[in-house]
Amino acid sequence: MIARRLGGLALPRRLGGMGSVVTAAPLLIPLAIAVTFVVTAAFVLVAGADPIQAYYRFLVEPLTSRFTLLEVLVTATPLLFTGAAVAIAFRAGYFNIGAEGQLLAGAIAAAGIGMVVGGLPAVLALPLMIAGGALAGALWALVPAVLRVRFRIDEVVTTLLLNPVAALVVSALLNGPWRDPQTGFPESPRIAESAVFPALLGRSRLHIGFVLALVVIAVAWFVLTRTPTGLRLRAVGSSPRAAAFAGLDVNGTLLRAALVSGAIAGVAGVSEVGGIQYRLTGGLSPGFGYTGIVVATLGGLTMPGVGLAALLLGDLRVGAGTAGRALGIPSQLGEIVQATLLLVTIGALALLAVRARRGSRDESATADTVSPGGPAGVQDAPLA
Amino acid sequence: MDTRGPIGREPRDAASDAPVVELTGITKRFGDLVANDRIELSLRRGEIHALLGENGAGKTTLMRILYGLTAPDAGEIRIDGRAVTIRSPKDAIAAGIGMVTQHFALVRPMTVAENLTLGRGRGVKLDLRRAEAAAREASERFGIRVRPDARVGDLSVGEQQRVEVLKALARDCRVLILDEPTAVLVPQEVDALFATLRRLAEGGMTVVFISHKLGEVLSITDRVTVLRRGRVAGTAETPDVGERTLAEMMVGRPTIGVTRRDKASRGRGVLRVDGLAAAGAHGLPALRDVSLEVAAGEIVGVAGVSGNGQTELVEVLSGTRRPTGGSIEVDGRRLGGRGVPEALGAGIGRIAEDRHASVVGDLSVAYNLVLERLDDFRRGGRLDQRAIRAHAQELIERFGIRARPDDPVRTLSGGNIQKVLLARVLSREPKVLVVSQPTRGLDVGATEYVRSQLLAQRARGAAILLVSEDLDELLTLADRLIVLYEGRVVGRLDVGEADPARLGLLMAGRDAEATSGAAA
Repeated sequence: MIARRLGGLALPRRLGGMGSVVTAAPLLIPLAIAVTFVVTAAFVLVAGADPIQAYYRFLVEPLTSRFTLLEVLVTATPLLFTGAAVAIAFRAGYFNIGAEGQLLAGAIAAAGIGMVVGGLPAVLALPLMIAGGALAGALWALVPAVLRVRFRIDEVVTTLLLNPVAALVVSALLNGPWRDPQTGFPESPRIAESAVFPALLGRSRLHIGFVLALVVIAVAWFVLTRTPTGLRLRAVGSSPRAAAFAGLDVNGTLLRAALVSGAIAGVAGVSEVGGIQYRLTGGLSPGFGYTGIVVATLGGLTMPGVGLAALLLGDLRVGAGTAGRALGIPSQLGEIVQATLLLVTIGALALLAVRARRGSRDESATADTVSPGGPAGVQDAPLA
Repeated sequence: MDTRGPIGREPRDAASDAPVVELTGITKRFGDLVANDRIELSLRRGEIHALLGENGAGKTTLMRILYGLTAPDAGEIRIDGRAVTIRSPKDAIAAGIGMVTQHFALVRPMTVAENLTLGRGRGVKLDLRRAEAAAREASERFGIRVRPDARVGDLSVGEQQRVEVLKALARDCRVLILDEPTAVLVPQEVDALFATLRRLAEGGMTVVFISHKLGEVLSITDRVTVLRRGRVAGTAETPDVGERTLAEMMVGRPTIGVTRRDKASRGRGVLRVDGLAAAGAHGLPALRDVSLEVAAGEIVGVAGVSGNGQTELVEVLSGTRRPTGGSIEVDGRRLGGRGVPEALGAGIGRIAEDRHASVVGDLSVAYNLVLERLDDFRRGGRLDQRAIRAHAQELIERFGIRARPDDPVRTLSGGNIQKVLLARVLSREPKVLVVSQPTRGLDVGATEYVRSQLLAQRARGAAILLVSEDLDELLTLADRLIVLYEGRVVGRLDVGEADPARLGLLMAGRDAEATSGAAA
């Protein structure tokens, strides 16, 4: 039961998979934003600012200058990765809440590799670092996935609980063996120059991690929508019983989706180390993994949706920073808006799912008369 | 309407006891299905009253209405002659009604005493010692042995049932409803339960005993009301009726022969099952030593009250449940119990009992139609969208599915979903068809369509195993019948010699002699 309560993140599972409401996503985003702004207007007013002006600064202002526009893309980069990672897992019916930990595992691997590849050219160092980060993310995702597939242990709890473990490993490394010997700060030494992600444009922090993220999104989109693998994954995620009945390998699909999800989240960590920090730091991820859940949900678990949602939240983060300075309101307002957006989105999805269930033929009505061997879900339906 | 059968008559000693509970005109519809149709039932003080009927006859629905779990569409409930409205189990409990459902409502990590106290405490503080004392006292008063400090999760199913009974009794109920209480019990536990029920009835308790087992009804109850398809088929004093009468009331007289066709020319045996065994949901044996053979161009019907192994038989043959013994051969090739792909590869086509769990509702009709054979619809690593569409278009036309290829299956009606499943299976021209409840919940038109398709497959030479709770369907479509009872084949008969009374007896686990010499 605890798992069901955790932030309502397991909610979609009770709603019978999110696939059925995915189609509503394009309409959902503007609607969710509108409702969110109405709800959060109160906080803005309390902070002593004009809501309209604040929202203008949150959303539009960042798009009006080259620097902030590129910053939006920089901020969106890790969210593209984690959003895609979470969306893939959710689509398979695997509720990976551990993207944060997997990201940190990837970051650790990236820093570890990055510090020792000084002798290698970038064409070797970068792929090595990316592969290492992906592997580390997948490994961090492995144990919960195996527990789920083998022993039916709820992955929401296990993946979530591994997040602070990863953060503590980072902290242990930074306060121990990896503490920067020159500064004495709890930060790792800088990675080798050949391991630094090349910048895309001058006078900007935008790096090739952004391109890599777009490639990941594109490939994930192709696999999900155009290949038998993707179809299997969607079938397993939306109706495991029917998938099993059709002879699909449900457990194998879950396991693979979980590992791929972990790997992509791991690459998010690589991208932050290689493209932004150039070292392992304690503040590497201000919750990119968790925000990935927002991105995936808001994006309706589709890759185009994830792309849009990641850009939107990137915009919001950059905007919250500048609005904070300009209007003298706390930059945490951005996070309040973001959190409200998630709640509103999940709420809207829940409403849609309920309506979809009411609208469909009322087969659960015969639940009284079917044999007790019937699906538990049907029996429980009136109570849910 | 024959709410009063030939044996339904006024009770002899009606004057001595006014009814404790009277149900009049109780009607409940679920969509098109009428689960209860103007049901009349009266319960007397101190009697054990059986509600007998096949699965889906409406027994459980009726009692759920009395216990406030289901709201009736029409009808009146009177308790001690006073009309009452029961909106929830709380109202029912207040009126002195208790129910032990098939799914226990116990908190497994808690002790017996804690479970008995749940939902009854008034104050904030929980006095565990007093709760245990009260539990012990109740246990002694009613002669139901359970240890108050035992954890419910550690108890056997039979013991848990006793806790449920105690829970109802501890709330001072005067009417105790038991829904198929023996389904989960081993024989010794059944004896103990029956002794308890007799003692309770002697003490003035009214017991309602829901069952589909004739033997139990005859041995324990005072009166019996038989339900059939949501209606009362009759009420009788139990000692006045025999098994045969009850079986006939329960099953009804089928109408044979609407689409009946020529006798099959029986071909070679295609599906051969020998000594098959399998475990059911709780790890208990659900199939024991089941042997059967289905020839090409033949429909073998499987009759039985649901829960007697049909589901497991279909699942094992479908590859979704592992057998624990015995063998399955298709065309002389033995299957190794390696799951669905193996079954599909051997040429077994499956129409499962739960059609909604057989399709992925969120995926399109076109995708669902190829879900069992994705490898046939790929070009390199990609899905061959054009082939998938063309395939869907063709099947939609051939099977008259009222949908477009891109419609999500969940938007389809039950009949159209069944057509999608039929199309998926039949388009592969399977050698063997395993079909379960193919027309349950479908309207007349869809039912006719599905049945005609099965007959067409039979004409094509498929070997068809048809499991159905609809006896009419079995008698109309099947060439031969086998009857399953408690996981065993207890009868094999040609359809020609199957009369409803005998089928009813076989299905109710009686009359083993009737198994005589039918072909197998």
